[in-house]
Amino acid sequence: MANAFWCIVEDDRRGTPKKVMAEVIGEAARVSSGQAEAVWLTDTATEAGLTQLAEWGATKVWLLENATFAPYRGEIWVGAAAELAAKERPKAIFAPVTSRAREFVARLAARLGVGLAADCVAFAMEGDRLVATRPVYAGKLLAKVTWAKTPWVATLRPNVFRPAEARPGRTATVERPTAATAAAQMRFVERREEVSTGLPELTEAEIVLSGGRGMKGPEHYVILEDMARVIGAAVGASRAAVDAGWRPHRFQIGQTGRTISPKLYMGFGVSGAIQHLAGMRTSKVIVAVNKDAEAPIFKIADYGIVADLFEVVPELTKEFKKLLEK
Amino acid sequence: MKILVAVKQVPDTATQVKISADPRAIDTTGITWIVSPYDEFAVEEALRIKEKRGQGEVVAVSLGPERVKEALRSCLAMGCDRAIHLNDPAWNDADTLVTSKALAAVVKQEAPQLLLCGRQAIDDDMGAVAAQLAELLGWPCASWIMEEAIDGDGKTVRTARQVEGGLEVFDLPLPAVLTAQKGLNEPRYPTLRGIMGAKKKEIRDVKAADLGWAPEPPQLSVVTLEALPPRPPGRIIQGDVPTAVKELVRSLREEAKAI
Repeated sequence: MANAFWCIVEDDRRGTPKKVMAEVIGEAARVSSGQAEAVWLTDTATEAGLTQLAEWGATKVWLLENATFAPYRGEIWVGAAAELAAKERPKAIFAPVTSRAREFVARLAARLGVGLAADCVAFAMEGDRLVATRPVYAGKLLAKVTWAKTPWVATLRPNVFRPAEARPGRTATVERPTAATAAAQMRFVERREEVSTGLPELTEAEIVLSGGRGMKGPEHYVILEDMARVIGAAVGASRAAVDAGWRPHRFQIGQTGRTISPKLYMGFGVSGAIQHLAGMRTSKVIVAVNKDAEAPIFKIADYGIVADLFEVVPELTKEFKKLLEK
Repeated sequence: MKILVAVKQVPDTATQVKISADPRAIDTTGITWIVSPYDEFAVEEALRIKEKRGQGEVVAVSLGPERVKEALRSCLAMGCDRAIHLNDPAWNDADTLVTSKALAAVVKQEAPQLLLCGRQAIDDDMGAVAAQLAELLGWPCASWIMEEAIDGDGKTVRTARQVEGGLEVFDLPLPAVLTAQKGLNEPRYPTLRGIMGAKKKEIRDVKAADLGWAPEPPQLSVVTLEALPPRPPGRIIQGDVPTAVKELVRSLREEAKAI
């Protein structure tokens, strides 16, 4: 439909949409007054997954199901999606910021000859144009941007937009168009799983604990992991800690690491260098624990404790346990 | 093997940025400019490929105003053989797509076997140009790579891209586009000899007309830049550690409703 806001589905690779899709569909429906449609490229969709998209508010699901769609290869996805877009002429194409979606929609925008706004944190209709807000210059400024023509292509920062409520009973039409699949140039070799920490993924977690230089060494992160298990948090690190070799780079929060926007961020022994703030300043609640009262992180923290983290962390874990056992 | 590395000159992270009289742009006076950090990983990887193969050419390319020559000079000092500067007011309002189209035109002229980019530039953080170049060129693309190895014949590259929860390994036929993620390598510092030698290396200016460029409006434009809304003032919780911690947990639960 020409007024539709497409939402590119990110899934768990086992046929279930990720919960970030509630945010994407919720925002698309809000901006378009209920014209959100899901576009799902996958090798396996499940009925439960389709129902989930409908309950979040997708009025239609375009299901492009084909074995060649997994694992993601831009060269194959783009052809299939561009063909459908040329036919259906959606007004906007939204996707969450994930490893594959950010590459995919950039390619799709180039194929369609339209603009792309990546990592947006707000949208507003101004008359008949869409204006997106996105952080720039290490999050020091916000840029409001707009498109010359439709479809308006954008990626949405996770954990920023209000997720749609799942309403049981809502249904969606499922369309299964035959998808054009280009011959693949890229040949998949293998997937190497990370050693699982058993904790949530950094960019998806609602609570993130971050350990900086004040952690003094790799052996101490276990105290943050203990707390993380109690409250269901992910554990990240500052660049100083990563560059010191205490944590692998995939745990780095900041400009040259992951951008996160959790409900609650707690920094322990993190000074708050600009490049770290770039990766976490859109967190909703910020807590800082640092011995140094002058640490810049206290300037943006909602709550601060000036004390030794090695005294605070065990005490805090104990208090969280007590609270959550109630 | 010829390798092209696309780089962008960006304000140093620690630099203060202020909005200029034109609210769509920043005030560039007093800004320290650097090569975007991810692009340095790309340059380093290109140089390592050349060194490993014992032959080849590494060409740095960048689009932007005259000051961009400094960034290209840094790439030459690291060891790139020559540089191309897309330097024309026609590109002043370039968005990622216009930039990608201009760079694609240069890539077609140069016909490298490999195009390396950083995963994103740290000024506007769009992270789109490399993927769009791949699309415009019809080349395969692997983003956020953590490792790469080119086969002996120079026909294929095996590369591992970072995704949620792991790495995905692919073989890509060359020519291909790769984007560098932190962790791929540790960029070298230019040596004094490198810096001196860079002064003699070629930086070729390319004008829009040299690419047969027809003026093209951007598809995305900035309406306005804004300062961040101030965060409400925070509170330092006083008292000894057990007292402060209890108060913090109470505040997180009752005031912030964050736990």
